[in-house]
Amino acid sequence: MTTKLGYAAALILLLIAPVFVYPVLLMKFLCFALFASAFNLILGFGGLLSFGHAAFFGGAAYVTGHAIKVWGLPVELGILTGAAAAGVLGLAAGMLAIRRQGIYFAMITLALAQMAYFLFISAPFTGGENGLQGVPRGHLLGMIDLQDNMAMYYFTLAVFLAAFWLIARTVHSPFGQVLRAIRDNEPRAVSLGYDTDRYKLQAFVLSATLAGLAGGLKTVVFQLASLTDAHWHMSGEVVLMTLLGGVGTIAGPAVGAGIIVALQNTLASGPLSAWVPVVLGVIFVICVLSFRRGVIGELQALIRRSF
Amino acid sequence: MKTLKTLALGASALAMASAASAEISDGKVKIGLLTDMSGTYSDLAGPGAVAAAEMAIEDAGAMAAGMPVELVTADHQNKADIAANKAREWGEAEQVDAFAELVTTSTAMAVYEIAKQQNKVVLVSGAASSPLTNDACIPSGIHYTYSTTALANGTGKAVVAEGGDSWYFLTADYAFGQALEADVTKVVEAAGGQVLGSIRHPFPASDFSSFVLQAQGSGAKVIGLANAGADTTNAIKAANEFGLVAGGQSIAALLMFITDVHALGLETAQGIQLTTGFYWDMDDETRAWSERFMERTGKMPSMVQAGVYSSVAFYLKAIEATGSDDTDTVMEWMRDRPIDDFFAKGGTIRSDGRMVHDMYLARVKSPGESSGPWDYYEILRTIPGEEAYGTLEDSTCPTK
Repeated sequence: MTTKLGYAAALILLLIAPVFVYPVLLMKFLCFALFASAFNLILGFGGLLSFGHAAFFGGAAYVTGHAIKVWGLPVELGILTGAAAAGVLGLAAGMLAIRRQGIYFAMITLALAQMAYFLFISAPFTGGENGLQGVPRGHLLGMIDLQDNMAMYYFTLAVFLAAFWLIARTVHSPFGQVLRAIRDNEPRAVSLGYDTDRYKLQAFVLSATLAGLAGGLKTVVFQLASLTDAHWHMSGEVVLMTLLGGVGTIAGPAVGAGIIVALQNTLASGPLSAWVPVVLGVIFVICVLSFRRGVIGELQALIRRSF
Repeated sequence: MKTLKTLALGASALAMASAASAEISDGKVKIGLLTDMSGTYSDLAGPGAVAAAEMAIEDAGAMAAGMPVELVTADHQNKADIAANKAREWGEAEQVDAFAELVTTSTAMAVYEIAKQQNKVVLVSGAASSPLTNDACIPSGIHYTYSTTALANGTGKAVVAEGGDSWYFLTADYAFGQALEADVTKVVEAAGGQVLGSIRHPFPASDFSSFVLQAQGSGAKVIGLANAGADTTNAIKAANEFGLVAGGQSIAALLMFITDVHALGLETAQGIQLTTGFYWDMDDETRAWSERFMERTGKMPSMVQAGVYSSVAFYLKAIEATGSDDTDTVMEWMRDRPIDDFFAKGGTIRSDGRMVHDMYLARVKSPGESSGPWDYYEILRTIPGEEAYGTLEDSTCPTK
């Protein structure tokens, strides 16, 4: 009941937020919230720590930008193309990576992401250090002008909500249950007759595709794709968001993304502007040391204890 | 007939009056300065550029056309996406009227995209690439301090004239390095020299050993450094360690700032030829301004920082004179007037956005010739603006 009320309140808040807050900042938050939620799908529910999700996020950002700017695809198709490309990339990376566990899994994904990063820095279509700039926002379904920030915001919100619903649905489905079983005890899941590799691969591809959806959306919002999106810092940032908000909770990663985006935004123009990474690092350490379940995780525990 | 004429005259006078009394939007003039506050280019731009802009605003009494002038600053970390996001936010949510400084070409180009959509003035001082006034030009952008074309026509030409006819480039791998390499290549080839090749290094880089070894192995007489700031000083240090100059090759630092010379020390930097748009020790005016800057920041100004002051001051002057912060009105006023201050004498803003002013070819003094800190340059010759920047006919700017 409390959860439902919480979601309803959050939805209303998101619907009226652009009146009070700068819409582009909100859209940035939504993109990262989606990215972190997609990441949480395999970390929180599959128990796989991928350190290469920036490759899917950044790769889709480039593909979307290229598809819209150079091929002239409509916005919605461009974003889908980006997400599909991330899915294909995720399939290739996943097939290699899920054969190993723990630190080896993390290292393989990191290595593959670094290879993708190198590709992006040297391929001509990405613009290298300059990035892919001037991507037109275009018209949604050929009618609604997305150059208007309000229209763009509600489009972004709609995509985010749909993807968020899909993630929540997946987690609560039988597929999600099996995934959790694998996370908690893989040999037991194998002994029960589940082909765990297949489940893990499916989750990985789904996560990569949704991360790509977030990346493509971000390209359209900011009208550019750059190396920042594909850099390993981004892979680290999404881990931070997920842990801060609460790994393995549905809403946690989105909350974590909100905290990080808000922090980055307020710190960037203050006297601490050169210290953003340090401040984020300190917050991470405090989080890991004192509230390991993250904001939402601790909140849930509190509710469980009190009622 | 006569009545008609009077009517027309009256109407045009009315139109002009309404243009002149066009209000300052939202009751204030706001300048957004984006620069590199902590990275590779923070020495030559960064906090010093912020100080220069503050000085320009203070000297105008923090007022223009009776309205307060405000400065907002942010660190773009040399990243195009951060610059674009900040510029967009400033333009949409904080009523910023003009963007200033913008070291690092990729950030300047990103802000150009935003400024084109929002029709805002851009006063580029730190970025160098010639495409800013060619293919990438926008009607409301001014490329103020220097450009890769001027650097090529200054340093490039001088080095070739002294017999440096085979070149190898060590290039920062982004728009600026590529533009500088292309511009110098043109100059070298036109003078009958040849370019043997180039190696691109990531931006920013700290370890230059492998790149310097490649350059050393190329057999070229001149190693052209198409990079800037800490990248240049690091490359020169690495070249010294590997004995590049001792081996008979020479280094052409195609873009060097006084802050780089200060960082390297005269022992290492002596003899380097460079092109600059400003040197503090030219005349009484430059000395007076630079000493004020020195008092405030503890350093002598680089040409980028001096350019920030000059461009912001000129922009505020335009607002004062026109009584409006409307982009088109201000741009028109600025294009029609020469810039005469300590930074530029008779500088003019062309329709492609290029601010044409005299440049200087300088040689770094040896420790013996220098009388103390910041006494670094001997000015070899003044390069007239037209020669340094080429003519408007050469510009490929579509809106020129």
